[in-house]
Amino acid sequence: MKDKKAKKIVFRSADDMPTMVISIGSQTHNKTGAWRNIRPEIDLGRCLKCGICWKFCPEPSIEIVDEWPVVDYDYCKGCGICAEECPAKCIVMVEEKR
Amino acid sequence: MKKVMMGNHALSYGAMLSRARVISAYPITPQTQVVELLSEMCADGSLDARFIKVESEHSAMASCIGASVAGARTFTATSAQGLALMHEMLHWASGGRHPVVMGNINRSMAPGWSIWTDQNDSLSERDTGWMQYYCSSNQEVLDTVIQAFKVSEALMIPAMVILDAFSLSHTYEVVELPDQAEVDKFLPPFDPEIRLTPKDPHAFGGLTSPEHYFELRYKLEMDMQKAPALIEETGREYEKLFGRRLGLVDPYLCDDAGLILVTSGTAGSTARVAVDALRQAGVKAGNLRIKVLRPFPFEVVRAILRKAAKVAVVDRNISYGAHGIFYQEVKSALYGRPGMPPVFGFIAGLGGRDITVDTFKEVVDHTLGHEAADEAIVWIGVKK
Repeated sequence: MKDKKAKKIVFRSADDMPTMVISIGSQTHNKTGAWRNIRPEIDLGRCLKCGICWKFCPEPSIEIVDEWPVVDYDYCKGCGICAEECPAKCIVMVEEKR
Repeated sequence: MKKVMMGNHALSYGAMLSRARVISAYPITPQTQVVELLSEMCADGSLDARFIKVESEHSAMASCIGASVAGARTFTATSAQGLALMHEMLHWASGGRHPVVMGNINRSMAPGWSIWTDQNDSLSERDTGWMQYYCSSNQEVLDTVIQAFKVSEALMIPAMVILDAFSLSHTYEVVELPDQAEVDKFLPPFDPEIRLTPKDPHAFGGLTSPEHYFELRYKLEMDMQKAPALIEETGREYEKLFGRRLGLVDPYLCDDAGLILVTSGTAGSTARVAVDALRQAGVKAGNLRIKVLRPFPFEVVRAILRKAAKVAVVDRNISYGAHGIFYQEVKSALYGRPGMPPVFGFIAGLGGRDITVDTFKEVVDHTLGHEAADEAIVWIGVKK
Protein backbone atom coordinates (compact mmCIF):
# COMPACT_ATOMS: atom_id res chain seq x y z
CA MET A 1 0.00 0.00 0.00
CA LYS A 2 1.21 3.50 -0.73
CA ASP A 3 1.93 5.72 2.22
CA LYS A 4 -0.85 8.26 1.92
CA LYS A 5 0.48 10.35 4.78
CA ALA A 6 3.91 10.88 3.22
CA LYS A 7 5.10 14.45 3.45
CA LYS A 8 6.93 16.32 0.74
CA ILE A 9 10.66 15.56 0.93
CA VAL A 10 13.02 18.51 0.69
CA PHE A 11 16.74 17.74 0.77
CA ARG A 12 18.88 20.36 2.48
CA SER A 13 21.99 19.78 0.43
CA ALA A 14 23.26 17.95 -2.62
CA ASP A 15 25.19 15.57 -0.35
CA ASP A 16 21.96 14.36 1.25
CA MET A 17 20.46 13.49 -2.11
CA PRO A 18 20.74 10.12 -3.84
CA THR A 19 23.07 9.99 -6.87
CA MET A 20 20.39 8.48 -9.04
CA VAL A 21 17.12 10.24 -9.71
CA ILE A 22 15.10 8.03 -7.39
CA SER A 23 12.49 8.39 -4.73
CA ILE A 24 12.96 12.09 -4.26
CA GLY A 25 9.48 12.22 -2.88
CA SER A 26 7.50 13.62 -5.76
CA GLN A 27 5.41 10.48 -6.23
CA THR A 28 4.19 10.43 -2.65
CA HIS A 29 2.99 13.99 -2.30
CA ASN A 30 2.08 14.69 -5.90
CA LYS A 31 -1.36 13.04 -6.03
CA THR A 32 -1.91 12.67 -9.74
CA GLY A 33 -5.56 11.69 -9.24
CA ALA A 34 -6.28 15.40 -9.51
CA TRP A 35 -5.55 15.16 -13.25
CA ARG A 36 -8.62 12.93 -13.74
CA ASN A 37 -11.64 14.08 -15.73
CA ILE A 38 -13.49 10.76 -15.70
CA ARG A 39 -13.40 8.21 -12.89
CA PRO A 40 -13.81 4.45 -13.06
CA GLU A 41 -16.61 3.03 -10.93
CA ILE A 42 -16.77 -0.70 -10.43
CA ASP A 43 -20.08 -2.58 -10.08
CA LEU A 44 -18.84 -5.32 -7.77
CA GLY A 45 -22.15 -7.18 -8.20
CA ARG A 46 -21.07 -8.10 -11.73
CA CYS A 47 -17.30 -8.32 -11.08
CA LEU A 48 -15.73 -11.71 -11.95
CA LYS A 49 -12.66 -11.08 -9.74
CA CYS A 50 -10.52 -11.93 -12.79
CA GLY A 51 -7.89 -9.29 -11.96
CA ILE A 52 -7.62 -8.04 -15.55
CA CYS A 53 -8.22 -4.41 -14.48
CA TRP A 54 -5.44 -4.75 -11.89
CA LYS A 55 -3.12 -6.24 -14.48
CA PHE A 56 -3.78 -3.58 -17.14
CA CYS A 57 -3.79 -0.45 -14.96
CA PRO A 58 -0.65 1.44 -16.08
CA GLU A 59 -0.27 3.51 -12.90
CA PRO A 60 -0.87 1.01 -11.06
CA SER A 61 -3.88 2.36 -9.20
CA ILE A 62 -6.05 -0.71 -8.79
CA GLU A 63 -5.28 -2.89 -5.84
CA ILE A 64 -6.79 -6.26 -5.04
CA VAL A 65 -8.18 -6.27 -1.51
CA ASP A 66 -9.66 -9.57 -0.33
CA GLU A 67 -9.89 -10.67 -3.96
CA TRP A 68 -11.85 -7.56 -5.01
CA PRO A 69 -10.53 -4.65 -7.09
CA VAL A 70 -10.27 -1.29 -5.34
CA VAL A 71 -9.42 1.90 -7.22
CA ASP A 72 -6.86 4.21 -5.63
CA TYR A 73 -8.38 7.57 -6.56
CA ASP A 74 -5.33 9.46 -5.21
CA TYR A 75 -3.37 8.30 -8.24
CA CYS A 76 -5.87 7.06 -10.87
CA LYS A 77 -5.66 9.46 -13.83
CA GLY A 78 -8.88 8.20 -15.39
CA CYS A 79 -7.39 6.71 -18.55
CA GLY A 80 -10.23 4.17 -18.84
CA ILE A 81 -8.08 1.18 -19.75
CA CYS A 82 -9.66 -0.86 -16.92
CA ALA A 83 -13.17 -0.17 -18.26
CA GLU A 84 -12.07 -1.02 -21.80
CA GLU A 85 -10.45 -4.30 -20.77
CA CYS A 86 -13.03 -5.51 -18.22
CA PRO A 87 -14.60 -8.69 -19.72
CA ALA A 88 -17.76 -8.31 -17.59
CA LYS A 89 -18.10 -4.62 -18.55
CA CYS A 90 -18.73 -3.83 -14.90
CA ILE A 91 -16.45 -0.74 -14.86
CA VAL A 92 -17.98 2.49 -16.13
CA MET A 93 -16.23 5.82 -16.56
CA VAL A 94 -18.19 8.60 -14.89
CA GLU A 95 -17.55 12.29 -15.38
CA GLU A 96 -15.83 13.96 -12.41
CA LYS A 97 -17.87 16.77 -10.89
CA ARG A 98 -15.72 19.34 -9.09
CA MET B 1 46.72 -14.60 -26.65
CA LYS B 2 47.26 -12.55 -29.79
CA LYS B 3 44.62 -12.28 -32.46
CA VAL B 4 44.34 -10.37 -35.72
CA MET B 5 41.08 -8.48 -35.68
CA MET B 6 39.26 -5.44 -37.01
CA GLY B 7 38.53 -2.47 -34.77
CA ASN B 8 34.86 -3.39 -34.62
CA HIS B 9 35.70 -6.82 -33.21
CA ALA B 10 38.06 -5.22 -30.70
CA LEU B 11 34.94 -3.53 -29.30
CA SER B 12 33.11 -6.89 -29.25
CA TYR B 13 35.97 -8.65 -27.46
CA GLY B 14 36.23 -5.75 -25.03
CA ALA B 15 32.57 -6.17 -24.13
CA MET B 16 32.97 -9.95 -23.91
CA LEU B 17 36.00 -9.76 -21.60
CA SER B 18 34.12 -7.19 -19.51
CA ARG B 19 31.36 -9.80 -19.13
CA ALA B 20 28.57 -7.50 -20.32
CA ARG B 21 25.28 -9.11 -19.30
CA VAL B 22 22.90 -7.28 -21.59
CA ILE B 23 23.60 -6.13 -25.14
CA SER B 24 20.95 -4.28 -27.04
CA ALA B 25 21.61 -2.86 -30.45
CA TYR B 26 20.40 -1.95 -33.90
CA PRO B 27 22.71 -2.46 -36.88
CA ILE B 28 24.18 0.42 -38.88
CA THR B 29 27.21 0.60 -41.15
CA PRO B 30 30.06 0.83 -40.10
CA GLN B 31 29.12 -0.53 -36.65
CA THR B 32 27.29 -3.74 -37.66
CA GLN B 33 30.12 -6.21 -37.08
CA VAL B 34 30.46 -5.10 -33.45
CA VAL B 35 27.06 -6.44 -32.49
CA GLU B 36 27.07 -9.20 -35.11
CA LEU B 37 29.98 -10.86 -33.31
CA LEU B 38 28.43 -10.21 -29.90
CA SER B 39 25.17 -11.85 -31.03
CA GLU B 40 27.18 -14.89 -32.14
CA MET B 41 28.95 -15.00 -28.77
CA CYS B 42 25.56 -14.87 -27.02
CA ALA B 43 24.21 -17.61 -29.29
CA ASP B 44 27.13 -20.03 -28.87
CA GLY B 45 27.37 -19.45 -25.13
CA SER B 46 30.88 -17.95 -25.08
CA LEU B 47 29.28 -14.84 -23.57
CA ASP B 48 26.66 -15.26 -20.86
CA ALA B 49 24.53 -12.29 -21.88
CA ARG B 50 21.07 -11.47 -23.09
CA PHE B 51 21.06 -10.02 -26.61
CA ILE B 52 18.04 -7.79 -27.19
CA LYS B 53 17.04 -7.06 -30.77
CA VAL B 54 15.25 -3.75 -31.06
CA GLU B 55 13.55 -1.69 -33.74
CA SER B 56 15.69 1.44 -33.37
CA GLU B 57 18.71 2.94 -31.65
CA HIS B 58 16.38 4.92 -29.39
CA SER B 59 15.03 1.60 -28.12
CA ALA B 60 18.53 0.11 -27.95
CA MET B 61 19.63 2.77 -25.50
CA ALA B 62 16.29 2.66 -23.65
CA SER B 63 16.66 -1.07 -23.04
CA CYS B 64 20.31 -0.66 -22.00
CA ILE B 65 19.17 1.90 -19.44
CA GLY B 66 16.44 -0.46 -18.17
CA ALA B 67 18.90 -3.33 -17.86
CA SER B 68 21.45 -1.09 -16.16
CA VAL B 69 18.87 0.02 -13.60
CA ALA B 70 18.23 -3.65 -12.88
CA GLY B 71 21.95 -4.05 -12.12
CA ALA B 72 23.26 -5.53 -15.38
CA ARG B 73 26.46 -4.42 -17.07
CA THR B 74 25.23 -3.22 -20.46
CA PHE B 75 26.85 -2.53 -23.81
CA THR B 76 25.70 -1.26 -27.17
CA ALA B 77 27.25 0.27 -30.26
CA THR B 78 26.15 2.59 -33.02
CA SER B 79 27.20 5.25 -35.56
CA ALA B 80 26.12 8.64 -36.91
CA GLN B 81 22.36 8.68 -37.61
CA GLY B 82 21.87 5.91 -35.05
CA LEU B 83 23.64 7.93 -32.39
CA ALA B 84 21.55 10.96 -33.31
CA LEU B 85 18.38 8.91 -32.93
CA MET B 86 19.57 7.91 -29.44
CA HIS B 87 20.06 11.52 -28.44
CA GLU B 88 17.15 11.78 -26.02
CA MET B 89 18.11 8.51 -24.35
CA LEU B 90 21.73 9.65 -23.95
CA HIS B 91 20.47 12.32 -21.57
CA TRP B 92 18.39 9.70 -19.76
CA ALA B 93 21.44 7.49 -19.28
CA SER B 94 23.69 10.24 -17.92
CA GLY B 95 21.03 12.21 -16.06
CA GLY B 96 19.70 9.02 -14.48
CA ARG B 97 23.28 7.93 -13.70
CA HIS B 98 23.30 4.62 -15.57
CA PRO B 99 26.85 3.50 -16.48
CA VAL B 100 26.16 2.09 -19.94
CA VAL B 101 29.24 1.72 -22.15
CA MET B 102 28.77 2.22 -25.87
CA GLY B 103 30.98 1.91 -28.90
CA ASN B 104 30.51 4.65 -31.45
CA ILE B 105 32.10 4.39 -34.85
CA ASN B 106 32.69 7.94 -36.10
CA ARG B 107 30.69 8.25 -39.32
CA SER B 108 29.80 11.53 -41.02
CA MET B 109 26.27 12.79 -40.60
CA ALA B 110 23.91 12.74 -43.58
CA PRO B 111 23.03 14.41 -45.84
CA GLY B 112 24.76 13.74 -48.18
CA TRP B 113 24.71 10.12 -47.21
CA SER B 114 28.14 9.06 -46.09
CA ILE B 115 29.42 5.98 -44.36
CA TRP B 116 32.94 7.42 -44.07
CA THR B 117 34.53 8.92 -41.03
CA ASP B 118 34.39 12.26 -39.31
CA GLN B 119 33.66 13.21 -35.72
CA ASN B 120 30.54 15.32 -35.99
CA ASP B 121 28.26 12.49 -34.83
CA SER B 122 29.89 11.97 -31.43
CA LEU B 123 30.79 15.63 -30.98
CA SER B 124 27.14 16.55 -31.42
CA GLU B 125 26.66 14.52 -28.21
CA ARG B 126 29.54 16.19 -26.38
CA ASP B 127 27.28 17.93 -23.88
CA THR B 128 25.03 15.01 -22.98
CA GLY B 129 27.02 14.11 -19.85
CA TRP B 130 28.75 11.04 -21.35
CA MET B 131 32.46 10.44 -21.07
CA GLN B 132 34.12 10.25 -24.49
CA TYR B 133 37.27 8.26 -25.29
CA TYR B 134 38.70 8.70 -28.83
CA CYS B 135 40.88 5.70 -29.72
CA SER B 136 43.65 5.31 -32.27
CA SER B 137 44.37 1.57 -32.43
CA ASN B 138 42.40 -1.67 -32.15
CA GLN B 139 44.37 -2.60 -29.05
CA GLU B 140 43.44 0.68 -27.44
CA VAL B 141 39.78 0.10 -28.35
CA LEU B 142 39.69 -3.26 -26.59
CA ASP B 143 41.60 -2.04 -23.53
CA THR B 144 39.50 1.11 -23.25
CA VAL B 145 36.18 -0.78 -23.19
CA ILE B 146 37.36 -2.69 -20.12
CA GLN B 147 38.68 0.47 -18.46
CA ALA B 148 35.55 2.43 -19.37
CA PHE B 149 33.29 -0.02 -17.53
CA LYS B 150 35.44 0.32 -14.41
CA VAL B 151 35.47 4.12 -14.46
CA SER B 152 31.82 4.46 -15.44
CA GLU B 153 30.57 2.10 -12.76
CA ALA B 154 32.64 3.82 -10.07
CA LEU B 155 31.17 7.21 -11.00
CA MET B 156 27.77 6.09 -12.35
CA ILE B 157 28.37 8.01 -15.58
CA PRO B 158 28.02 6.39 -19.03
CA ALA B 159 30.84 6.35 -21.59
CA MET B 160 31.40 6.23 -25.35
CA VAL B 161 34.42 4.43 -26.76
CA ILE B 162 34.92 6.05 -30.14
CA LEU B 163 36.82 4.92 -33.23
CA ASP B 164 37.11 6.12 -36.81
CA ALA B 165 35.02 4.44 -39.49
CA PHE B 166 37.05 2.13 -41.74
CA SER B 167 40.49 3.51 -40.88
CA LEU B 168 39.99 1.67 -37.59
CA SER B 169 36.59 -0.07 -37.60
CA HIS B 170 37.38 -2.28 -40.61
CA THR B 171 41.17 -2.29 -40.38
CA TYR B 172 42.84 -5.44 -39.10
CA GLU B 173 45.59 -5.20 -36.51
CA VAL B 174 47.24 -7.55 -34.06
CA VAL B 175 45.50 -7.30 -30.72
CA GLU B 176 46.64 -8.85 -27.46
CA LEU B 177 43.61 -10.41 -25.77
CA PRO B 178 43.99 -10.15 -22.01
CA ASP B 179 43.43 -13.23 -19.91
CA GLN B 180 39.82 -13.44 -18.64
CA ALA B 181 40.85 -14.20 -15.07
CA GLU B 182 43.10 -11.13 -15.03
CA VAL B 183 40.33 -8.96 -16.48
CA ASP B 184 38.01 -10.27 -13.75
CA LYS B 185 40.54 -9.09 -11.16
CA PHE B 186 40.62 -5.63 -12.71
CA LEU B 187 36.88 -5.40 -13.29
CA PRO B 188 34.70 -7.04 -10.64
CA PRO B 189 30.97 -7.59 -11.37
CA PHE B 190 28.74 -4.52 -11.51
CA ASP B 191 27.04 -4.20 -8.16
CA PRO B 192 25.15 -0.91 -7.91
CA GLU B 193 24.03 0.34 -4.54
CA ILE B 194 20.53 1.06 -5.78
CA ARG B 195 18.81 -1.08 -8.37
CA LEU B 196 15.39 -1.91 -9.72
CA THR B 197 14.12 -4.76 -7.56
CA PRO B 198 10.71 -5.69 -6.13
CA LYS B 199 12.43 -6.07 -2.74
CA ASP B 200 13.13 -2.35 -2.53
CA PRO B 201 10.82 -0.47 -4.87
CA HIS B 202 11.78 2.97 -6.15
CA ALA B 203 10.54 5.31 -8.82
CA PHE B 204 13.41 6.08 -11.20
CA GLY B 205 13.75 9.31 -13.17
CA GLY B 206 10.63 10.85 -11.66
CA LEU B 207 9.38 14.41 -11.63
CA THR B 208 12.03 16.68 -10.11
CA SER B 209 11.07 20.18 -9.05
CA PRO B 210 13.36 23.24 -9.20
CA GLU B 211 14.11 22.46 -5.54
CA HIS B 212 16.22 19.44 -6.51
CA TYR B 213 17.04 19.37 -10.23
CA PHE B 214 19.94 21.85 -9.94
CA GLU B 215 21.61 19.72 -7.25
CA LEU B 216 21.29 16.56 -9.35
CA ARG B 217 23.17 18.29 -12.16
CA TYR B 218 25.74 19.65 -9.71
CA LYS B 219 26.32 16.12 -8.43
CA LEU B 220 26.78 14.81 -11.98
CA GLU B 221 29.39 17.48 -12.68
CA MET B 222 31.17 16.90 -9.35
CA ASP B 223 31.47 13.20 -10.21
CA MET B 224 32.55 14.01 -13.78
CA GLN B 225 35.36 16.09 -12.28
CA LYS B 226 36.61 13.00 -10.44
CA ALA B 227 36.97 11.18 -13.76
CA PRO B 228 40.36 12.51 -14.97
CA ALA B 229 42.18 11.26 -11.85
CA LEU B 230 40.26 7.98 -11.93
CA ILE B 231 41.05 7.41 -15.61
CA GLU B 232 44.76 7.94 -14.87
CA GLU B 233 44.61 5.71 -11.77
CA THR B 234 42.79 2.84 -13.49
CA GLY B 235 45.09 3.32 -16.49
CA ARG B 236 48.12 2.72 -14.24
CA GLU B 237 46.41 -0.28 -12.63
CA TYR B 238 45.71 -1.65 -16.11
CA GLU B 239 49.36 -1.19 -17.03
CA LYS B 240 50.46 -3.22 -13.99
CA LEU B 241 48.25 -6.13 -15.05
CA PHE B 242 48.52 -5.96 -18.82
CA GLY B 243 51.55 -3.82 -19.63
CA ARG B 244 49.68 -1.09 -21.47
CA ARG B 245 49.14 2.36 -19.99
CA LEU B 246 45.78 4.01 -20.60
CA GLY B 247 45.77 7.76 -20.11
CA LEU B 248 43.83 10.92 -20.84
CA VAL B 249 46.21 11.96 -23.58
CA ASP B 250 48.97 10.33 -25.57
CA PRO B 251 51.96 12.64 -26.18
CA TYR B 252 54.65 11.85 -28.76
CA LEU B 253 57.99 13.72 -28.66
CA CYS B 254 56.34 16.70 -26.94
CA ASP B 255 59.00 17.36 -24.29
CA ASP B 256 61.36 19.41 -26.47
CA ALA B 257 58.91 20.26 -29.26
CA GLY B 258 58.64 23.82 -30.50
CA LEU B 259 55.60 22.91 -32.58
CA ILE B 260 52.97 20.51 -31.28
CA LEU B 261 50.35 19.03 -33.58
CA VAL B 262 47.18 18.24 -31.63
CA THR B 263 45.03 15.42 -33.04
CA SER B 264 42.45 12.84 -32.03
CA GLY B 265 41.60 9.37 -33.31
CA THR B 266 43.61 7.70 -36.06
CA ALA B 267 44.91 11.00 -37.47
CA GLY B 268 47.43 10.80 -34.62
CA SER B 269 49.37 7.91 -36.19
CA THR B 270 49.66 9.85 -39.46
CA ALA B 271 50.75 12.93 -37.52
CA ARG B 272 53.56 10.90 -35.97
CA VAL B 273 54.91 9.91 -39.38
CA ALA B 274 54.86 13.62 -40.23
CA VAL B 275 56.57 14.47 -36.93
CA ASP B 276 59.36 11.97 -37.63
CA ALA B 277 59.89 13.47 -41.11
CA LEU B 278 59.93 17.00 -39.68
CA ARG B 279 62.47 16.03 -37.05
CA GLN B 280 64.72 14.57 -39.77
CA ALA B 281 64.42 17.92 -41.56
CA GLY B 282 65.44 19.72 -38.37
CA VAL B 283 62.01 20.92 -37.15
CA LYS B 284 61.38 20.01 -33.53
CA ALA B 285 57.78 18.85 -33.84
CA GLY B 286 55.64 16.72 -31.54
CA ASN B 287 52.16 15.24 -31.47
CA LEU B 288 49.64 15.40 -28.65
CA ARG B 289 46.76 13.00 -29.20
CA ILE B 290 43.81 13.90 -27.01
CA LYS B 291 42.15 10.63 -26.12
CA VAL B 292 39.55 11.76 -23.58
CA LEU B 293 37.45 14.75 -24.63
CA ARG B 294 34.93 14.47 -21.80
CA PRO B 295 35.91 15.08 -19.11
CA PHE B 296 38.34 17.50 -20.79
CA PRO B 297 41.85 16.93 -19.40
CA PHE B 298 42.60 20.62 -18.81
CA GLU B 299 45.62 20.20 -16.54
CA VAL B 300 47.54 17.66 -18.57
CA VAL B 301 46.83 19.41 -21.88
CA ARG B 302 48.05 22.69 -20.39
CA ALA B 303 51.15 21.12 -18.87
CA ILE B 304 52.21 19.65 -22.21
CA LEU B 305 51.31 22.52 -24.53
CA ARG B 306 52.71 25.36 -22.43
CA LYS B 307 56.26 24.33 -23.29
CA ALA B 308 55.71 24.69 -27.05
CA ALA B 309 56.20 27.85 -29.10
CA LYS B 310 53.24 27.07 -31.36
CA VAL B 311 50.30 24.68 -31.29
CA ALA B 312 48.36 23.46 -34.34
CA VAL B 313 45.06 21.65 -33.81
CA VAL B 314 43.73 19.51 -36.65
CA ASP B 315 40.00 18.88 -36.41
CA ARG B 316 38.04 16.28 -38.35
CA ASN B 317 34.82 18.01 -37.32
CA ILE B 318 33.26 21.44 -37.35
CA SER B 319 30.98 23.51 -35.16
CA TYR B 320 29.31 25.56 -37.88
CA GLY B 321 29.62 29.26 -37.25
CA ALA B 322 32.48 28.71 -34.82
CA HIS B 323 35.46 26.42 -35.55
CA GLY B 324 36.87 22.95 -35.07
CA ILE B 325 35.76 21.60 -31.71
CA PHE B 326 39.07 20.29 -30.38
CA TYR B 327 40.59 23.66 -31.38
CA GLN B 328 38.01 25.50 -29.29
CA GLU B 329 38.57 23.15 -26.35
CA VAL B 330 42.36 23.48 -26.48
CA LYS B 331 42.15 27.27 -26.75
CA SER B 332 39.82 27.46 -23.76
CA ALA B 333 42.23 25.31 -21.73
CA LEU B 334 45.10 27.73 -22.43
CA TYR B 335 43.21 31.01 -22.29
CA GLY B 336 43.97 33.53 -19.59
CA ARG B 337 47.22 31.96 -18.42
CA PRO B 338 50.49 33.77 -19.00
CA GLY B 339 53.05 32.46 -21.48
CA MET B 340 50.78 30.17 -23.44
CA PRO B 341 51.58 29.51 -27.13
CA PRO B 342 49.35 30.70 -29.99
CA VAL B 343 46.90 28.02 -31.17
CA PHE B 344 46.30 27.54 -34.91
CA GLY B 345 43.12 25.76 -35.99
CA PHE B 346 42.74 23.55 -39.09
CA ILE B 347 39.87 21.55 -40.48
CA ALA B 348 40.66 18.49 -42.57
CA GLY B 349 39.25 15.13 -43.58
CA LEU B 350 35.51 15.76 -43.30
CA GLY B 351 33.33 13.01 -44.76
CA GLY B 352 36.18 10.52 -44.76
CA ARG B 353 38.57 12.44 -47.00
CA ASP B 354 42.02 11.02 -46.18
CA ILE B 355 44.22 12.82 -43.69
CA THR B 356 47.71 12.13 -45.01
CA VAL B 357 51.27 13.10 -44.16
CA ASP B 358 50.90 15.84 -46.77
CA THR B 359 47.91 17.19 -44.84
CA PHE B 360 50.18 17.70 -41.86
CA LYS B 361 52.89 19.20 -44.04
CA GLU B 362 50.41 21.89 -45.11
CA VAL B 363 49.43 22.42 -41.49
CA VAL B 364 53.06 22.80 -40.46
CA ASP B 365 53.89 25.14 -43.38
CA HIS B 366 50.98 27.40 -42.44
CA THR B 367 51.83 27.39 -38.74
CA LEU B 368 55.54 28.08 -39.22
CA GLY B 369 54.76 30.71 -41.85
CA HIS B 370 52.49 32.80 -39.61
CA GLU B 371 53.59 34.68 -36.53
CA ALA B 372 50.15 34.89 -34.93
CA ALA B 373 47.13 32.63 -35.22
CA ASP B 374 44.05 34.31 -36.58
CA GLU B 375 40.52 33.27 -35.79
CA ALA B 376 39.50 32.15 -39.27
CA ILE B 377 39.34 28.44 -40.05
CA VAL B 378 42.26 27.17 -42.10
CA TRP B 379 40.90 24.51 -44.45
CA ILE B 380 43.26 21.78 -45.56
CA GLY B 381 42.51 19.89 -48.75
CA VAL B 382 39.20 21.51 -49.61
CA LYS B 383 38.73 22.19 -53.33
CA LYS B 384 38.17 25.94 -53.16
